[in-house]
Amino acid sequence: MEKDVVQMKNITKKFGNYKANDDISLELKQGEILALLGENGAGKSTLMGMLSGLLKPTSGEIVINGKSVKMENPRDAKTLGIGMVHQHFMLIPAFSVLENIILGDEPLKAGHINYKQAAKDIALLAGKYHLKIDLSAKVADITVGMQQRVEIMKALYRKANIFIFDEPTAALTPQEIDQLMKIMRALSDEGKSIVFITHKLKEIKEVADRCVVIRMGKVIDSVKVAETREEALAEMMVGHKINFAVDKKETNKKETIFKIDKLNVEAHGQLKIKNLDLTVHSGEIVGVAGVDGNGQSELIEAITGLRKIKTGIVVLNGKKIQHQSARKIAEAGVGCIPEDRQNVGLILPLTISENLVLKSYYKKPVSNKGFLNYKKINEDGRQLIKNFDIRSQSEKELVGDLSGGNQQKVIVAREISAQPELLIAANPTRGVDIGAIEYIHEKIIEQRNAGRGVLLVSFELEEILKLSDRVVVMHEGQIVGEIDPRDTSSEELGMLMAGKQLAE
Amino acid sequence: MLHSRSMKGLAVPLISIAAGFIIGAVLMLIFGYDPIQNYQNLLIGSLGDVYSIGETLRNMTPLILTALGFAVSSKAGFFNIGGPGQYLMGWFGSIVFALSFSNLPTWFLIVGSLMCGAFFGGIWSFIAGFLRAYFGTSEVITTIMLNYIALYFVNFAVKNWLASKGSDSSPNIAKRASLNTEFLQKLTNNSTFNWGFFIALIMVVVIWIYFNKTRSGFEVRSVGLNEAASLYAGINVKRTIVVAMLVSGLLAGVGGAIDGLGNFQNISVSNNLPSVGFNGMAVALLAAENPIGIIFAALLFSALQIGGLSISVYSNTPSEIVDIVIASIIFFVGIKYIFKVALARNWGKRRRKTTNGGADK
Repeated sequence: MEKDVVQMKNITKKFGNYKANDDISLELKQGEILALLGENGAGKSTLMGMLSGLLKPTSGEIVINGKSVKMENPRDAKTLGIGMVHQHFMLIPAFSVLENIILGDEPLKAGHINYKQAAKDIALLAGKYHLKIDLSAKVADITVGMQQRVEIMKALYRKANIFIFDEPTAALTPQEIDQLMKIMRALSDEGKSIVFITHKLKEIKEVADRCVVIRMGKVIDSVKVAETREEALAEMMVGHKINFAVDKKETNKKETIFKIDKLNVEAHGQLKIKNLDLTVHSGEIVGVAGVDGNGQSELIEAITGLRKIKTGIVVLNGKKIQHQSARKIAEAGVGCIPEDRQNVGLILPLTISENLVLKSYYKKPVSNKGFLNYKKINEDGRQLIKNFDIRSQSEKELVGDLSGGNQQKVIVAREISAQPELLIAANPTRGVDIGAIEYIHEKIIEQRNAGRGVLLVSFELEEILKLSDRVVVMHEGQIVGEIDPRDTSSEELGMLMAGKQLAE
Repeated sequence: MLHSRSMKGLAVPLISIAAGFIIGAVLMLIFGYDPIQNYQNLLIGSLGDVYSIGETLRNMTPLILTALGFAVSSKAGFFNIGGPGQYLMGWFGSIVFALSFSNLPTWFLIVGSLMCGAFFGGIWSFIAGFLRAYFGTSEVITTIMLNYIALYFVNFAVKNWLASKGSDSSPNIAKRASLNTEFLQKLTNNSTFNWGFFIALIMVVVIWIYFNKTRSGFEVRSVGLNEAASLYAGINVKRTIVVAMLVSGLLAGVGGAIDGLGNFQNISVSNNLPSVGFNGMAVALLAAENPIGIIFAALLFSALQIGGLSISVYSNTPSEIVDIVIASIIFFVGIKYIFKVALARNWGKRRRKTTNGGADK
């Protein structure tokens, strides 16, 4: 039996009267990959925050390599050999990969940074753990997968023995996920221990040895992954049976609602969308699959009027809507659940009801002769909160105080209640818990069943395959293929996304 | 929850003020002056009789307006340091109008002068707002530069166009153009208190309504809080920026016009930018940009300034001690972040969803 490298004993963490972690105990053995499964808000991040020195437990004991420790800050955790690979990478885009890796721990030679030594050390590590990285590239120019490898290398370079991966696969392609899994196994083969935070069951099955399920701040169970079915894990996580199937009615009318013809869009002086054609019919969900950075954001911005269109035609219900202001396009019937909910979709320091009227505040009856009718705004807010099951204290609560899933529901409520002809949904369920995912999927399908068009842009292939009637693949600003989601696997889709042609 | 939030909002300025007074007291003790006696004199000198009250209220009037102006631009996310220049342009504009159209009927003359002042102040901030919105020019730089352009332009104009040869100031405006009427003089024992004070109070109410009840105010707040989300929501961000900066300068301009018409009755060549423009920023910061709070913060600053004059009259304490108190208060407001952290810790009321708690206002 391997020894325990981490023991967390009876950890409780309170924020005010709220127990984020309630008497949690877990062990991590040497060379083990331990999955930490739980919905958003279950307390996973809080627990790992304490292991990485960001938070201090209210009570309980943390034992690292047999010694009881009290960590004051993340630096203490680093010294103890704990490396965190964050969900949002903590890299400096303007620096090279090498500079990012050594930042804060630069090897010095006569007061100068010894880049040669650093590069040699890192190359050695890279070979050992199959981490392919280009040391001289600028972080701004490399892919998300490579950025993650840089993060892993940062931890390795600091001689970490215990790795915490915080939802590492959220932004990766299937191929990159495979690669990450290989790296994780290589790390564990070398005796490194890994905590893998996720809510994706497939990945747990694939790579983890053991899985600890957390719900509402408590450990529900600790199971051997090989002996547990995915469904059982999911039920443990949410506490009830889950409906994995979606209710898609056959819709028969297939009129063209939305059409893009030979669209060209530039961003930062580069042509990001090249001669793109796209059609959405009524009662249809069109999925746009693709690796992040292949023009999806530019496409959405161009349609919604946030980015200039160089050439091309965009038609909604027979009317041209290109070269118009964002407001005109929204009024014409384009709704959008944006990719970045906290920075684009919402104004966090405003109330829920104010956010709910963010796109309609200027219209009667809410606005009258330049004055806003707050009574009406709050009444409407209460109604939408009820209709869309937004869990909140009141309509005057600040949106910033809501959980991620409920924030997303605010956006969904606003966009859908405007009854758009075309609904664009960009990663609509990213970072929200399973309950909210189910709900948001339901709402999107409702739009489709009501005969509206939906353009679903997502990096979650399973989401795309599950919801879409038709899937197009975007690569380097072009549509490189179209598939039928009913007879395509995510592996095949992944190949297309990486720019390869499917062998017929 | 809302209740505790506003309580905390008040705690920071109150602690800052107390700390400022304590530092003043400690300094007085070190240098052998009697702090209690001096603070008493300060109070009497600022609010002890109708005359001092009149002076204090008159002095706080432009402070309210420059502070309001700063608050408006700040809500839109811009740091308008151009208060002094906009105030000066407003002062200049009002005097020019009052001198040029002195034969207009009284009401037209006064309203016209005030509006002309507001307009001049507004133009000055509009330039910065326009450059910011359409060319991305930093409003910090442009407003600082515009301050100096205002100063030297006004000096040039006064000397060459308004003043008689050899003089450094314009002639006085007609008596009936003045905001300082006999009625108010009698009421306040011949202080310089004038109707401008009431105009300032009205502007406070107007701005409060503007932020909390109007469409344009909602747009300004939205843009200030999150520009990307405002763009996405279809708000015309560029226009909103220009509007916010324009309103900001209009207010400072009214402040200058009121001082010109109510207090100075003329305009003269000056060596420095008017400090009331900068003090307005401090007042706005102390009040956390809340229009109602600005009234109280302006009252405090004004009382300190007016009362400070009498400190050196009644004792041999230098009146500069008041400047130290004022500076300390500003300093403590500036480091309110430290207080906030300390308060959050001691009261144990850190909200649980810290990761989502981007809203800190």
